[in-house]
Amino acid sequence: MPKTLAEKILSRASGRDAHAGDLVIAPISRVMVHDSVIDAVMAGLRDLGKAHVWDTSRVAVFIDHAAPAPTPVVADSHRTLREWVREQEIATFYDAGEGVCHQIMVEEGYCEPGTVIVGSDSHSNSYGAVGAFGAGMGATDVAVALALGRTWLRVPESIKVTFAGKPRKGVTMKDAIMRVVREIGTDGARYACVEFHGAGSLPQGDRITLAGMTTEMGAKAGIVADTPEAPGWLFPDRGASYANEVTIDLSVLEPQIAVPPRVDQVVDISEAIGQPVDIVFLGSCTNGRLVDMRQAASILRGRRIAPEVRLEVVPSSRRQFEDAMADGTLLALSAAGAVIGSSGCGPCLGRTGGVLAGSEICLSTANRNYRGRMGSPDASIYIGSPYVAAVAALTGVIDDPRPYLEATEDELDALVAAEIDD
Amino acid sequence: MARAWVFGDDLDTDQMVPGRYAPFMVGQDKFHLYTFCDARPGFAKEVQPGDVLVGGENFGCGSSREYAVAALKKLGVGGIVAKNFARIFFRNCINLGIPVLESEDAVALARDGDQVTLDLAAGVLRTPHGEARLRPLAAFAQEILAAGGVVAYLREHGDFPRVP
Ligand code: SF4
Repeated sequence: MPKTLAEKILSRASGRDAHAGDLVIAPISRVMVHDSVIDAVMAGLRDLGKAHVWDTSRVAVFIDHAAPAPTPVVADSHRTLREWVREQEIATFYDAGEGVCHQIMVEEGYCEPGTVIVGSDSHSNSYGAVGAFGAGMGATDVAVALALGRTWLRVPESIKVTFAGKPRKGVTMKDAIMRVVREIGTDGARYACVEFHGAGSLPQGDRITLAGMTTEMGAKAGIVADTPEAPGWLFPDRGASYANEVTIDLSVLEPQIAVPPRVDQVVDISEAIGQPVDIVFLGSCTNGRLVDMRQAASILRGRRIAPEVRLEVVPSSRRQFEDAMADGTLLALSAAGAVIGSSGCGPCLGRTGGVLAGSEICLSTANRNYRGRMGSPDASIYIGSPYVAAVAALTGVIDDPRPYLEATEDELDALVAAEIDD
Repeated sequence: MARAWVFGDDLDTDQMVPGRYAPFMVGQDKFHLYTFCDARPGFAKEVQPGDVLVGGENFGCGSSREYAVAALKKLGVGGIVAKNFARIFFRNCINLGIPVLESEDAVALARDGDQVTLDLAAGVLRTPHGEARLRPLAAFAQEILAAGGVVAYLREHGDFPRVP
């Protein structure tokens, strides 16, 4: 029977001919654990009666979610984590400031294509950027995975998302995935694997944006087909069966905005123009890479952000941070008035680095806009691309970034002045 | 009998325990006291062991934070019945030993504050307005729940239940 990518990976891993709906027990190529769950993971291992992880070379540990530690309680937890890493002799350890777990997992090559990876984080789907079956799980599942090197999985149905055409200038793959979320809804891919076609040759960062945000549709995994990293056997069979198919024509796609408090409440930017914002967050595993910062800098270079707006920029890893320093991108953003945070999750989840006050309105390049996600439950979060973020920082309102990208210097001044006068 | 706490669709884990009250923000012994503090103030004080949560679609969506489930477990929640569940939340509940049952009609039948009985053996949720049928759980999940969670199961058996 023809197979989807998820069926191929799980068949190979479990050693049986697995199809959607089957329950399999699969060996894991790597377990990813981060700071915000480590106490529960350690408690789980203790309760399981396991003194050691099954294979220290297959475990990657990160301090990124509340890093550097914002409170003494968090600092204590980080210290315990560091001690545990030393005692377990886990070499793959990234301390505060190194970056977001998912970014490092992919960019440092810890995600073996075609294998199963278990992560303690709901965006572990990101590993599908290079053809791995990455599944986010809770602390106890992660503890079990660390103890046994195996996990149980129901082989998911797959949803096929095909991208056709090329996006116009000022439109990004963030807009594309938001368009997909708009189409499928927050639970449209529940228990399913979202399989991306027509995205394999995109830059790795774009593929992380796509695979990671399948979480926002409830997916178990998101896998990009035909990536350069994938082994020869990993391709979706012709005639594989899909629960749903969606095609997005990138050539006519408009910039997209997710309107609070739902990530699937997505509109074309024209419907959000003029919405004032207090704070802009550029970062996260979805959009904190060099290319994202460069896109923002292309609009902000040589200018100042609106006086009533704050801009927080948090590179997603030290490598992205250093690359953005080396090419002047961070200098341009800082000169424009941005606060540059150390690499990590930053304010994405409202624990550290500039949380939102009550009634504040944020434009974020991250992936979630739940009530209370970035601080006060009374704050509102709009989600958009780095271009949209830059324009919002510059003008204090949500606007279509395309005129700003095409404008001459004088036209740009006029555009900004018009927004500020309004 | 137990009290039913009825919620709507897409109840996310940030609403169960907001990130700012994560165990490692407020301590392991306190985080459960903030359960539903924004979405349903008073819940943590009033909920009684054995009470049942009833919800609509996509119950438990959002972050994978297991402490949301751990908080419900600590407060003694006896089971959750919803139209369907977000996958990580579903696994977390099975792992920690909270029965999670899918039912098409429970959320329409049960009203908040109703006295209800969750009868797993009969596969129904009895409410004052009628019985809601529960979809049977996979044998694999039933075995783990029967042991009181995956840790207890593994301690006893050393490995996962057999898959069919
Ligand atoms: S950047 Fe945000 S979405 Fe990504 S792992 Fe960190 S908290 Fe989660």
